[in-house]
Amino acid sequence: GEPYVLAASLDNARHLSSLLRAVHFQDHATCFATANGLRVTVEDAKCIQANAFIQAEIFQDFAVQEESVTFRINLSVLLDCLTIFGTSSLPGTSTALRMCYRGYGYPLMLFLEEGGVVTVCKINTQEPDQLLDFDFCSTKVVNKIILQSDGLREAFAELDMTSEVLQITMSPDKPYFRLSTFGNAGSAHLDYPRDSDLMETFHCNQTQTNRYKISLLKPSTKALALSCKVSIRTDAQGFLSLQYMIRNEDGQICFVEYYCCPDEDITEAEFM
Amino acid sequence: MAEGGVRQCQHCAVPPQLSLRTVNSSRSAFASFLFAPLFFQLYEAGGPPPDRELFRCKVLMKSFLGVFRSLPSLEKTVGKCLILLKPRASRLVVQLHCKYGVTKTHNLAFQECERLQAIFDTQRCTSSLCAPARVLAEAVVHFPPTLAEVTLGTGPGGKISLRNYVEDEAGEPSKTMVTELWLAKDEFETVAITPGSHITFCLKEFRGLLTFAEASNLPLTIHYDAPGRPVIFTLADAVLEVHLVLATLSDPESSLQPPTANGVSHLPTPSEDFTDDLESYMIAMETSAYEEGSGVPPSPTFPLCTPHPAESDPEEEEEEEEGAVPGTPPHKKFRSLFFGSVLTPGGPSPAPTQEVLAEDSEEES
Repeated sequence: GEPYVLAASLDNARHLSSLLRAVHFQDHATCFATANGLRVTVEDAKCIQANAFIQAEIFQDFAVQEESVTFRINLSVLLDCLTIFGTSSLPGTSTALRMCYRGYGYPLMLFLEEGGVVTVCKINTQEPDQLLDFDFCSTKVVNKIILQSDGLREAFAELDMTSEVLQITMSPDKPYFRLSTFGNAGSAHLDYPRDSDLMETFHCNQTQTNRYKISLLKPSTKALALSCKVSIRTDAQGFLSLQYMIRNEDGQICFVEYYCCPDEDITEAEFM
Repeated sequence: MAEGGVRQCQHCAVPPQLSLRTVNSSRSAFASFLFAPLFFQLYEAGGPPPDRELFRCKVLMKSFLGVFRSLPSLEKTVGKCLILLKPRASRLVVQLHCKYGVTKTHNLAFQECERLQAIFDTQRCTSSLCAPARVLAEAVVHFPPTLAEVTLGTGPGGKISLRNYVEDEAGEPSKTMVTELWLAKDEFETVAITPGSHITFCLKEFRGLLTFAEASNLPLTIHYDAPGRPVIFTLADAVLEVHLVLATLSDPESSLQPPTANGVSHLPTPSEDFTDDLESYMIAMETSAYEEGSGVPPSPTFPLCTPHPAESDPEEEEEEEEGAVPGTPPHKKFRSLFFGSVLTPGGPSPAPTQEVLAEDSEEES
């Protein structure tokens, strides 16, 4: 008889905290739970949205009493609590988690246990935000590339941050897939041929060149670092979807997704 | 070069060879890498004139190094590096061909520039040492990372001594830790040094060069003369020639004594030092006034520039230092490589115009 609208247990809290860290570029997140699992959404500047999907199967026990449960929470505090026993991954030690939420107006309760020590955390919940609707559906996708994350990790780590934008070109013809920056030192282009071993899928129907604020995309590096594959998709308006496939220590697959608005329109002359 | 902490890279594509040069902002360190065409798989000296002509440009060290940011991953992933100098497009293009067919193209902006040349002559140095880079690297590893300068000199029994330099003003000498180590002569390939000689120079730049020398497995030759005169480190093989020229700390005692060997036979008093030194060594030539005629082939060594006329006065000399960065006040008696003057206690030296090593010791803070 627990009157909780949401109750979940997890053997290893790190499975949750590492995914949350992948979207932790703002202090606050909106949590949305259904019987399928938990979605944690972080937004910035009305231009970028990151979603971490933790499906119900990841939890040992996941029960939602209503059709959906939504609350806003301070993500920094939630992460601090989840890692209250430390972030180091000593073999054989893991923090077990029980998470309960009684409903609107109540705090989120965390019971964390490691080595017989139990910590109880109560994190106040907040009024949920109106979230952006990118209306990005797979039927509207113009170009889609799936890359092994290895191929993109170094590129993102070395992005010229003096450039205001990251320009992404996807094309059925050369240069196929190109990342460009235009910084103080000059321009830099990174080209991936379509037949590269890094390229798992290459479905580009038309040449598209779009620019995205590099400061908005940079946080996605956190998800990239954890991921094994990344799917890069654009729709006709140049909206960008980056889906990161993340495999946890137990071999389970989760996804983190970033949506980003394109920067202002550019004309052909500016391409260089 | 990166570890030398220098900020500007002068990149000279000179048919028939490529030269990279840099000087630090205080002009107390100059480095030059000269690559013979055979260093590369392919070396093409431009298209039809004017592209074929000798071309110089400078790019920001930071941007240039940015291309080669992560050396370990470069070694793993990069198969080929293509460097293109496109004067018409005003771009220096560095293209890295990586694993999985990935291509990284960096289009770097550059400025055209005049010649950057330090004048020095290893032949006129009274002392020289040659050792495998590993020997020297293993020696300097004993000094703390924050140490600014080391003194190289002769030790007892013909040994070579390396010790950390301690400033006279640095409180009580008895409380300062001194690390000194002696290297036996047989650790070196050649030793030809003036007995009793010693010089003090910056360790940071030296460490940077040692890292490179160790990686390239080349012996390092050190040429030096009296304290206050530049020390020249050279590395060379059939396709590469590297020079690092560092200012050394002048020694008030020895600079008053007559010099012991060749080169300048009468060491001038500090006030006269100014012009004489400019004549004899180390000036920056940011002007092309001393460009050799087109008939003269570029020499593999650097003393290409004719010295300034002896009668030129200090004011004129300074005007030519157009690229000189305003100096920080001198804390140490480092002789600028380019002004060549020396700040000696009591000497009527033109102190405020001195350029000093920007890299100053941390213990002062």
